[in-house]
Amino acid sequence: MATFGNLSDRLAETFKNLRTKGKLSASDVDGTVREIRRALLDADVSLDVVKQFTAHVRERALGDEVNKALNPAQQVVQIVNDELVAILGGEQRRLQFAKTAPTVIMLAGLQGAGKTTLAGKLAKWLVKDGHTPLLVAADLQRPNAVNQLQVVGAQAGVPVYAPEPGNGTGDPVKVARDAVKQAERAQHDVVIIDTAGRLGVDAELMKQASNIRKATNPDEVLFVIDAMIGQDAVTTAKAFQEGVDFTGVVLSKLDGDARGGAALSVASVTGRPIIFASTGEGLDDFEPFHPDRMASRILDLGDILTLIEQAQSAFDEEEAMKVAEKFATDTFTLNDFLGQMQQLRGAGSIKKMLGMLPGAGGMKQQLENFDEREIVRTEAIIQSMTPAERENTKLLNGSRRVRIAKGSGMTVTDVNQLVARFEQAAKMMKTVARGGMPQIPGMGPMPGGGGHGTGKRQSAKGKGKKQNASRSGNPAKRAAEQAALASGVVPGEAGAPAGSGFGLGGGAGAKGAPSEEELAALQKMLRR
Amino acid sequence: MAERASWSLGAALRGVFGAKTIDDDTWDDLESALIRADFGPAITEDIVGEIRAQVERFKTTDPKDVQRMLREIVEERLAKYDPTLKLTERPAVVLVVGVNGVGKTTTIGKFARFLRSYDRTVVVGAADTFRAAAVDQLATWAERAGVGIVRPEREGQDPASVAFQTVEQAKRDGTEIVIIDTAGRLHTKGGLMDELGKIKRVVEKQAPISEVLLVLDATTGQNGLAQAEAFIEHGGVTGLVLTKLDGSAKGGFVLAVQEKTGLPIKLIGQGEAIGDLTGFTPHVFAQKLVG
Repeated sequence: MATFGNLSDRLAETFKNLRTKGKLSASDVDGTVREIRRALLDADVSLDVVKQFTAHVRERALGDEVNKALNPAQQVVQIVNDELVAILGGEQRRLQFAKTAPTVIMLAGLQGAGKTTLAGKLAKWLVKDGHTPLLVAADLQRPNAVNQLQVVGAQAGVPVYAPEPGNGTGDPVKVARDAVKQAERAQHDVVIIDTAGRLGVDAELMKQASNIRKATNPDEVLFVIDAMIGQDAVTTAKAFQEGVDFTGVVLSKLDGDARGGAALSVASVTGRPIIFASTGEGLDDFEPFHPDRMASRILDLGDILTLIEQAQSAFDEEEAMKVAEKFATDTFTLNDFLGQMQQLRGAGSIKKMLGMLPGAGGMKQQLENFDEREIVRTEAIIQSMTPAERENTKLLNGSRRVRIAKGSGMTVTDVNQLVARFEQAAKMMKTVARGGMPQIPGMGPMPGGGGHGTGKRQSAKGKGKKQNASRSGNPAKRAAEQAALASGVVPGEAGAPAGSGFGLGGGAGAKGAPSEEELAALQKMLRR
Repeated sequence: MAERASWSLGAALRGVFGAKTIDDDTWDDLESALIRADFGPAITEDIVGEIRAQVERFKTTDPKDVQRMLREIVEERLAKYDPTLKLTERPAVVLVVGVNGVGKTTTIGKFARFLRSYDRTVVVGAADTFRAAAVDQLATWAERAGVGIVRPEREGQDPASVAFQTVEQAKRDGTEIVIIDTAGRLHTKGGLMDELGKIKRVVEKQAPISEVLLVLDATTGQNGLAQAEAFIEHGGVTGLVLTKLDGSAKGGFVLAVQEKTGLPIKLIGQGEAIGDLTGFTPHVFAQKLVG
């Protein structure tokens, strides 16, 4: 949770006094372990698992591997990360299919874990893989669960076997058994049985689930668990393991901001692998589970490794230095702007990149609002300009702007906005690069948007829309700077201070983003 | 199989309170029990510290006193806020919100029945037009509770308009209480949270909203606080409903939610049957929790 700051922050605090010593004493390690314990508990990892885990980490941290390391503190984080990944199941497991069709997959879990939705997602995923699944409505408990499955089935384009109307009548065991026969007849190669939600403490319903299992002899029993679940995860998982003995776990609602410590608890207590992660309400929001990413999420380290890799592949140092140089000497042109943007896009989705930053949780909403296509549009406009125009925006008169707008499929207003924004940004960067304070847009006088024969009306309109526009275009730059920081490159002195002047709400950015120093440290650590 | 019992901490604490004297184990066990009940590390430290101080002050060595102190502290913390539902407006509009799968629709069914047993006329509005078959699920509950329902006129209708029509109908028919079901939404989805704000604004054009109830699942962990904060910001929540207390989860995180947000718990749900919803009384809750 944001209020406690993330683990890397807290560990950094703990490690501060270690820097000078360069060696970890037992009491240093204890302090560190306490922080790790706290972080894991905040992430809803179950207490027993935490105790076991921290004991193990402590042991390893006092061992030789740490003291011999160049930076013991980071070594500890590395150990924590390794251990987490190990518990979460070193590598991902795939779904097991039966040798002779049909493969039977049974879903079980608490009420509201997301079983019915998952049934649809799984079905759709299997269809994409060339299977012909049959959905079975064996949740006859919750009002209209059967209807819901039918609707979900229709959305996924998969037939639903629902002989009973549900709402408390009918025998789910019989439905499940008949469904398998029906699948054999109709030659479906996978049967997905959606069962009613049940509490771990409800002996009667657990018995029923176990009966469904006996009747259908499923190849996979998937235990669906909500990523937001707390300490109860262990009790529930144990109860389900004893009751129906599931073979794999699906973590649902991972699109929220819960750290999902439950994943660790369940994997550790039951020894069953987590196979899938469900990440949204759409039927396509479903993916195989990645233990290493989950480990970072639980620790709130962000997907740093991936981020660094991506940023490094996209940005080469030389290029960044050149850009910084250009800012300072006022020769930054639209060509460079375009190049920067393309580099960024080469790194993959900007939204994703920002989302991978540790502590980016608070920025999530802004990320959602950020329209990635805006960059494509901006690119289109620049690419519709002649080389000369790109070098010198002063060439752009009214008729040239009309031509560019036509060429890029945008309006003249859009072109005006882009040019205005570019000029403003270049000016600001220049100021910063020379060591001055940037003028915050919106505070000072706005550079004229229209100007060249486009009339007052448009310029006014441009101004009105500016708020939106500068949101969309500038995050690109903001992201560029962040990514540049991540790869250890500082474009002149520009980076940090200018960032707040650009879109994406400086406040959230400043709060969420790690300092350059931290990132550099983490990068070193993770690369070892 | 996990023991079928109340969600009381009793079992976990029996060792603590049954011991002969208060020693280091007492504190360790107490801390473990509270953390296992999802109180969260911060509140746990707080409570344990408070009890430690009291034990020192009163120079007691009897673990029974620890039990009493714990009960009192929990009760005192819970009782800080007023759990009364304010339904004096006519019609009194109640908006029910929460993340996916916490039991909003079920809660509404039970709540409608609860109000019917006090002879109030109730109509429910099916403004969850997103999830498959949610409207039908609510209709089944409405039928069981013996209350009217306003359905969307067509598939995927704007939830705000369904809510509007429900209140409109209630005003026309002189129905006393309106309960509006909304689609489950993760608190991190900006667009969906804005939609909630819209529903609220649209309804307020018809009548003031008496209560916005946030439904929280007792199995939720520390994320419950983040949920509450987001829903307060966008939905103007006035009270909490804690569901699924019939399981093995203790829902200790509500204490943190209550303290951080100042929102009282108003209702608690303890099962899937229609009568399994009760008002919230701090005293009873603390008694049950601590044993």
